[in-house]
Amino acid sequence: MAVISQRFLRDGRDLPPELETARREIEQLARGYGLDFFDTVYVMCTYEEINMVAAYGGFPVRYPHWRFGMDYLQMQKSYEFGLSKIYEMVINTDPSYAYLMDCNLVVDQKLVMAHVYGHVDFFKNNAWFAPTNRKMLDQMANHAVKVQQHMDRHGVSQVEQFLEMCVSLDNLIDPYAPYLVRQRTVTEDDIERASLDRTVGKLPAKDYMDPHINPPEFLQAQRARREADLAKMKGFPESPERDVLGFLLRHAPLERWQQDLMRIVYDEARYFAPQAMTKIMNEGWASYWHTKMMTEHILTDAEIVDYADHNAGTMATRPGQLNPYALGVKLWRHIEERWDKGRFGKAWMDCTDPLEQDRWNTGAGQGRAKIFEVRRTHNDISFLDTFLTEDFVRHHGMFTTRYDKRTKQWVPDSTGFKEVKGQVLDMLASRGAPRIYVVDANVNGRHELLLDHPHEGLDIQLDYAERVLGNMARIWTRPVHLQTFLEDRPITLTHDGSTMERTNAHVRGEPAFQEEDE
Amino acid sequence: MLRIDNDLGRFRDIVKGRVRRELRKYMSSGELLGKQGGRIVSVPLPRIGIPHLVYGDNKKGVGQGNGPGQGQQAGEDAGEHLLEVEISVEELAELLGEELELPRIEPKGSKDARTVRHKFKGISQKGPESLRHFRRTYRQALRRTIAAGQYDPKRPVIVPHKDDVRYRSFVPETEPRSAAVVLYMMDVSGSMGEQQKEIVRSEAFWIDMWIRHHYRDVDTRFLIHDAAAREVDRDTFFRTRESGGTLISSAFKLAIQIIENEYPLDDWNIYPFHFSDGDNWSQADTRSCIEMLKTKLVPWSNQFSYGQVDSQYGSGQFYKDLRAAFPDDDKVVLSRIPDRDHIMESIKELLGRGN
Repeated sequence: MAVISQRFLRDGRDLPPELETARREIEQLARGYGLDFFDTVYVMCTYEEINMVAAYGGFPVRYPHWRFGMDYLQMQKSYEFGLSKIYEMVINTDPSYAYLMDCNLVVDQKLVMAHVYGHVDFFKNNAWFAPTNRKMLDQMANHAVKVQQHMDRHGVSQVEQFLEMCVSLDNLIDPYAPYLVRQRTVTEDDIERASLDRTVGKLPAKDYMDPHINPPEFLQAQRARREADLAKMKGFPESPERDVLGFLLRHAPLERWQQDLMRIVYDEARYFAPQAMTKIMNEGWASYWHTKMMTEHILTDAEIVDYADHNAGTMATRPGQLNPYALGVKLWRHIEERWDKGRFGKAWMDCTDPLEQDRWNTGAGQGRAKIFEVRRTHNDISFLDTFLTEDFVRHHGMFTTRYDKRTKQWVPDSTGFKEVKGQVLDMLASRGAPRIYVVDANVNGRHELLLDHPHEGLDIQLDYAERVLGNMARIWTRPVHLQTFLEDRPITLTHDGSTMERTNAHVRGEPAFQEEDE
Repeated sequence: MLRIDNDLGRFRDIVKGRVRRELRKYMSSGELLGKQGGRIVSVPLPRIGIPHLVYGDNKKGVGQGNGPGQGQQAGEDAGEHLLEVEISVEELAELLGEELELPRIEPKGSKDARTVRHKFKGISQKGPESLRHFRRTYRQALRRTIAAGQYDPKRPVIVPHKDDVRYRSFVPETEPRSAAVVLYMMDVSGSMGEQQKEIVRSEAFWIDMWIRHHYRDVDTRFLIHDAAAREVDRDTFFRTRESGGTLISSAFKLAIQIIENEYPLDDWNIYPFHFSDGDNWSQADTRSCIEMLKTKLVPWSNQFSYGQVDSQYGSGQFYKDLRAAFPDDDKVVLSRIPDRDHIMESIKELLGRGN
């Protein structure tokens, strides 16, 4: 199978001469602007092939599973009915592979190539992509072989079903795990030292002051706290674990082949995580560069109308939806303009006069340098948090929407800067998926799993939760509890692998934890 | 063959499995009734994608753009995640057959009955402009120009004459066919309630699908009767409300007449189906019915099927009479349908023999 895909990627799919010429020109231009990318291999595909590649998440060598077939069917339908079409697809590998659809106009192909160099530059230089495996194509191919082997041995449906269970948990990972140490592992020594420490929490004081500084009740409280800490250290997991899938992988009673499969799903989920974390930046960055290169250098007179039409199609914002391409590219331009005109630093912050703000231009000219710096270090959350200014929100007419239950419609809610920014950051923080923590793997001493969802105003979708918890309970082989809130009331969902029950209380009374960022 | 085709096939298998599991529901719901205009039906299937822990629809959003934002439409209702799967009538019928373990129907008789079809395979010198064959015309003109020595490679202009023009034309093709006619007779007398009629219609619909699956050409005729019988179109058959007395013989008479006039026995496989609540007007009429069945309808047909719906008014006598008259004739198949949920079983009884 790997052989086929190798051929699929490398042979007989070279660009036709006119596109090859265009590609060289665009590559030159991109390098001239200071973009720094991996070698990029362009592959010509028919629409079936590109839909296939898209269904496999960009990797034609991916393991077999029916859900890819389902996605493929949906894309085929949607393309055949003229509802959507895939212009570009590029994967984060070295060398990078980008897929072009052979029936697109030449001007589209140029646009896509310019866009792709933007993406590949981003993949290569953005810090959040640094820990990803640049040889993912090979790893995916290895995964496919493994899955196939397990299918041969254990049966196709059994393997598919287990993969299905794992995939339904693949958004319950910790996207920040590769970048920071969540917790120090507590050793037996630590526990022993803590329990031997008789002078718990005593504040330093001279003898005669001691009864006043460390009164008995204070010491009592300190001791109680230490004891609680100690209990927590001995508990399992020691501190809440956001990497639910990783936790299951390490601790669920799995057979070898199951562990193998879960590891595959886990690795792929972690590989794709940075793309979700930088969607707005990444699409914005690529769009910024393709518009610049196209309009300043590449376009011929004859191509302008088609280009404008197709570019506008990508950049269109529909009411009630955020278009990452549009928001991203506008923010990048906004940043460039600000640093070109010196609109930063204390003097700018202190300026409150709108007229003066409008005129503000120190001729700093640092825009280009600034955007390259930003693309290196930020992710979407920090990007929006730092650069979504009041000015920008007002200028681009951003607003929040909410769902009106009475009229069953989405209605505009607020145009206030605070509200809009809060909402955007909320959306990014959760990325549409709730944060779930494993807080206890031995509830009531019966090896039941307790998950906690720190509720931030949004309720979980119950029917999906039921199925996901069912999958988790089957993997964990013991009942699983998820505590969350439903319409502001605490509830606990308990799934034992066959049915789910709801209790209107939490397993743990107090908020189960505080997150420690170190 | 793309690699994805395997995955697509797996997905289709899964869909089929789901459809099969839900088949009973679709069959008794009557939702698909009469949906055979297109050959593809769309079946809503719950729960096929892979679930994730996600937020429900208490979502808030952010919009962008000037002018009034009218907000996006909230999609489907909460809690309902349906995937519309398209499946062809044939596939559905096949599933039905597999589920009920129906044997394949063996078309009877004349394998060499042929039909003539016209296909546009030929070329002719005369024809309508809409069928002009550009490439052949050009070739002809080019050939003539070269032969006449007028062809100039530097200025390769070809002007076709009237004689050069070629048209597509059809040639007759004969192909073997096995044809079948299905006669649906339904009792619509006063004793048949709305629910009984609904059951009968559902059953007729699925039987129709199954038979279509086996024959290229199926004629369907719909007869309804109370005290008198008449032929109606499909639409009326599935909608009609009538009331009155019941003379079953009227329907049989009409059926015999239709067969005699239009369906030569040598070329046609004939499948009469009769549905009633079994409450005939008189024993005299029943006797004449049995007479007609014995001498004509049954010998002519591949199989004569009778489905009787239980009804609170009907005596159900006709079923007993038929059983007495045809104690062990393989060609006469009887079935009773107590309620909606027994449609599947009834179909199995009627079609399970595969004559």
